[in-house]
Amino acid sequence: MLIRHKPEIRSSEITPEHNYLNRRGFISSAALAGTSLLFATSCSGADNKNSAPTGNHTNLDVNSLEDITRYNNFYEFGLNKEDPEKFSGAFNASPWSVTIDGEAEITGTFNFEDIIGPHSIEERIYRLRCVEAWSMVVPWNGIPLGKLLQRFKPTSKAKFVSFETVYRPEEMPGQRAKVLDFPYREGLTIDEAMHPLTLLATGLYGADLPNQNGAPLRLIVPWKYGFKGIKSIVRISFTETRPYTTWSDAIPTEYGFYANVNPAVDHPRWSQARERRIGSGLFAEKQPTLMFNGYADEVASLYAGLDLTRYF
Amino acid sequence: MITPLTTERYGKPAVFIACSVPLIWLILKIFAVGPLQLGPNPIESIQDTLGIWGLRMLCATLAVTPLSWVAGPLLIRFRRMLGLFAFTYCGLHFLNYLILDQTFDFAAIIEDVIKRPFITIGFLGLLSMAPLAITSTGNWRRKLGRSWNRLHRLVYLTGILASWHFYWQVKKDLTEPLVYCSIIAVLLGMRIARTYRRR
Repeated sequence: MLIRHKPEIRSSEITPEHNYLNRRGFISSAALAGTSLLFATSCSGADNKNSAPTGNHTNLDVNSLEDITRYNNFYEFGLNKEDPEKFSGAFNASPWSVTIDGEAEITGTFNFEDIIGPHSIEERIYRLRCVEAWSMVVPWNGIPLGKLLQRFKPTSKAKFVSFETVYRPEEMPGQRAKVLDFPYREGLTIDEAMHPLTLLATGLYGADLPNQNGAPLRLIVPWKYGFKGIKSIVRISFTETRPYTTWSDAIPTEYGFYANVNPAVDHPRWSQARERRIGSGLFAEKQPTLMFNGYADEVASLYAGLDLTRYF
Repeated sequence: MITPLTTERYGKPAVFIACSVPLIWLILKIFAVGPLQLGPNPIESIQDTLGIWGLRMLCATLAVTPLSWVAGPLLIRFRRMLGLFAFTYCGLHFLNYLILDQTFDFAAIIEDVIKRPFITIGFLGLLSMAPLAITSTGNWRRKLGRSWNRLHRLVYLTGILASWHFYWQVKKDLTEPLVYCSIIAVLLGMRIARTYRRR
């Protein structure tokens, strides 16, 4: 017997985080204005708490902070979904620096504060679709990657942007296991990197990124599978040729460089037509996966004329 | 003193309880008893738990005969119960896929079975256990006589299919499935070695 049960109160609505969507109302109220400044300080230097909402995200049902921080693929901390939360305690995301190199006029190694400082932190609520056919909706804080990259004046030779995760096997037990060719690397075409939806996230739910979510700086490309969203970034390089990308170079038959969310192109071992929405409970059906994860209007033009079955 | 009587009276209930513990634990997690929880993806958690215990029970079942060569024939008395537990865990693993994961979407299930080899292999593995579970009673055993033994050699195939199913399902780190593949290989290899030595 199947009990088709749609809970009247969704789990996301009974979490305290729901209130967070209205918190600006509280914060801006005169009574709290003074005290909020006390809490607005952030150890990382990114003011995630006072980020301004941008983009249209009114009708998405946001996952709880608990779901987002306890169900992670971050192989640097272990292979199981709960491992990153369990084993990332020893990781130290502050101080942090990022090296910018390659085909740009301004290159060098910069403190996290100098990289992020000139930008105002925005709030973006995005769908996240994992290549493993599960999904979440996450309220990120961060800056559009394109705005940041422009500051370093990429040259005409910059056709791609590549990213590298920190390599600290002493703090990241998963790196000692050598399951992947660490350090993790990812890449985008320059057009993808400059797209206004592409976010360099510094926070989650108005607070600094937790270690298991890629502290202190990670990539979010909402129309691509989650593995493109490289975490704990220490290097950003402008390159003329397509860079090495960890998953697609490890198993090219299963993971592509583009990795655009596409319900019509299955993974060789499972269907990508539907997805399991995390937090929907035991009796929810899988939901249909949307082309480009629902961002087709914004990004489909990037791939005009490209055979998406071949270049998956 | 281990006798047929103590085996029946104490041994079997003890093994029955031990084999039920993972299932009871899972049910407690489903109902979130105390601190027990299935986590953010409960359906996946149920699926993985039932699958891995089905495989473990299958390994235990296949281990009984080689162990009895050293530890004595009384051990054989546990084999049917272990086999039925393996079938129960694997069957529930399939039912969870059918009901909670796919919500009876037969079009998607048929596509899965045809297009995705690891699901095909798993499904065949389950099918191979069904006749063994049905003919596990004393009546069937008497009725089938010598062919009962031959039929029940099908469990060797089940072992291969189940560990293969696990191997193909994993995304990158193959350590755990390889452990189970090795266990199955050793258990089957021991039988082959014994057959050849006897000739």
